[in-house]
Amino acid sequence: MTVPISAYLALSALLFVLGITGVLLRRNALVVFMSIELMLNAVNLTFVAFARQLLAIEGQLAVFFVVLVAAVEVVVGLAIIIAIFRARDTVDIDDVDLLRG
Amino acid sequence: MALVLIVALPLAGWLVNGLAGGRLPRPLVSVIGCGTVGASFVASAVAARHLAVTSDALTATLFTWIAAGDFTVSAGLLMDRLSALMALVVTGVGFLIHVYSIGYMADDSAYSRYFAYLNLFVGSMLLLVLGGNLLVLFVGWELVGLCSYLLIGFWFDRERAANAGRKAFVVNRIGDAGFLLGILLLATTAGTLQFDRLADAAGAMAPGLLTAATLLLFVGATGKSAQLPLYVWLPDAMEGPTPVSALIHAATMVTAGVYMIARLHPLFLRAEFTLSVVAAVGAATAFFAATVALVEWDLKRVLAYSTISQLGYMFLAMGVLAMPAGIFHLTMHAFFKALLFLAAGSVMHATQGVVDMRRLGGLAGPLRWTALGFAIGALALAGIPPFAGFFSKDLILEHAYAAAQHGGSLALWLAGLLTAYVTAVYITRAAVLTFFPVAGRRDDHPHEAPASMGWPMAILALLSFGGGWVGAHAAGAPLLRVLDRFFAIEPSADTAPGAPLTAISVAVGVFGIITGLLLYRGRREVTLGALGAFLARQWHVDALYDAAIVTPAKRLARFAADVVETRGIDGAVNGIAGLVGQAGVAMRRLQTGYVRNYAAAILAGTILILSYWLWRGP
Repeated sequence: MTVPISAYLALSALLFVLGITGVLLRRNALVVFMSIELMLNAVNLTFVAFARQLLAIEGQLAVFFVVLVAAVEVVVGLAIIIAIFRARDTVDIDDVDLLRG
Repeated sequence: MALVLIVALPLAGWLVNGLAGGRLPRPLVSVIGCGTVGASFVASAVAARHLAVTSDALTATLFTWIAAGDFTVSAGLLMDRLSALMALVVTGVGFLIHVYSIGYMADDSAYSRYFAYLNLFVGSMLLLVLGGNLLVLFVGWELVGLCSYLLIGFWFDRERAANAGRKAFVVNRIGDAGFLLGILLLATTAGTLQFDRLADAAGAMAPGLLTAATLLLFVGATGKSAQLPLYVWLPDAMEGPTPVSALIHAATMVTAGVYMIARLHPLFLRAEFTLSVVAAVGAATAFFAATVALVEWDLKRVLAYSTISQLGYMFLAMGVLAMPAGIFHLTMHAFFKALLFLAAGSVMHATQGVVDMRRLGGLAGPLRWTALGFAIGALALAGIPPFAGFFSKDLILEHAYAAAQHGGSLALWLAGLLTAYVTAVYITRAAVLTFFPVAGRRDDHPHEAPASMGWPMAILALLSFGGGWVGAHAAGAPLLRVLDRFFAIEPSADTAPGAPLTAISVAVGVFGIITGLLLYRGRREVTLGALGAFLARQWHVDALYDAAIVTPAKRLARFAADVVETRGIDGAVNGIAGLVGQAGVAMRRLQTGYVRNYAAAILAGTILILSYWLWRGP
């Protein structure tokens, strides 16, 4: 039996909304970060599902790029978080509001 | 080549003295300053000699300056009989005054700057008289105006001198605006600015346009040559060093307007209305300025008004078609007025700068040679034979009379005659007040000027004494014959000297001198009553200018400053700034600094865009 495409898309949407919720509601920078990863992977899942459905290789290629960029982003993002932690002794994003007008 | 050299030599002197003069020893600065002008005089004389043999005009074209379609202007020089005479006067008188300046400016700290400016002036003036077209003439015209400004304000740390320089510049600009308009009108209608081609082009121009163009050019002449109504800068120009007054504001630069009309005589001859305006303005200015000179107490300002008056004679001559006589008077005036100014400078040199004639007097004894020079200049100015001024002034009056015989106005001749009388009176007054013995006080010991100042005066005195014979009919009038041929005006029988007319003008001059002696000898405070007060206020011309131009202009400026500037312009600028500021205050609330707010905004935006696409369909 094959899983229909709608199931993949539903799972993907669920994961994406979970990620958004995490980004918008959580205060710990690390958790926000992980939520972003979750959103990225929800998109990856969509890509793979459609690639399989349409028998096109491009979708899978896109996934590789996303994974790659995500890895790079982790490197930069974690470095920033560490730098903030060293400077302000916190990773709570609500404490970092220097841009307030 | 010689032509280019004539102009280039003084300019080279200007460059050297202007750039390096401060580091050169003073004798070298003097040698460069005087030597370049002297060499230029020699070159002019050589070129003029060449002209006398071949009678073909010398030309030199350096490069094509402007080429636009059919209209071309080249940077070219032209030397014919007229410009040769002018070049000789400029370099000759200029050289003498340069030499005089060595002594006069010996104690000045800005010695090299002075000579640099003076050289620049001579170079510019030569460019003016040797220019081959109106545009080159205009460049020289503007440059001499600049030099005039620089030299009037030479002692710029004195407020009066700085103001006088600015006044001269501004008033000249008014005239120059008219002059430039005239040039542009000629360029667009005649299609050429070349002097030799303008004569032909003028024949093809509509009379109205020609009249307009010549009138505009004459506006420029009234500015540069200090005629009514733009004369006001010249008396103030006396704030400059006295040799400058002699060279620029008496002998050369102020004659530029006369020269310009003589140079463009083919145009002016075809514009009768303009000629009548020129004659009327000249006669009016001659009389007006002479009367003001009658009550002026400043020796140099007397000479300044005298210059304005004599320039009026020259314009009168131009207006009654006596152009050779006008140029003749220009040359003679250069001699005797330069002499008078140099003598006045010698007086100032001896008295540490006193020019108020009420504080002068009794100088004939200690300054014997200066007094003699002044007397010769005064007699030449008063038109007493056989001094230089007699021949030229008499010739102008004869022509004015002849013009009246041919349907002109006799008023011109009468004004000229009356002016001759007033001239004799005021120059006698100046001589009496300055040089005649005065009762009592004379404790300082004035000393005669050094040789470098004496010799130029002696040469000019010689020229003022005997120079007039080049235009005397009794001596064959060599200068007039040359000029007559240049202006292509045949010397008709009725312009030959009329003995009764000559007798009248001599009698008027002698009578004027006698009047002056009777009126001022032994008395110092002759005020002439209400008439004197009227004259001392320059016929209320300054008051009129104040009421008609200065006050309304100031009021307009106040309005612009107080209302337009503060409310209009500042109001608009401040209003825009305030609006932007208010908007910023309102908008800054959006910037919370919380990352989640920004993320929510991005999300909302994305959702909006996606829903728009969904709603629009594929």
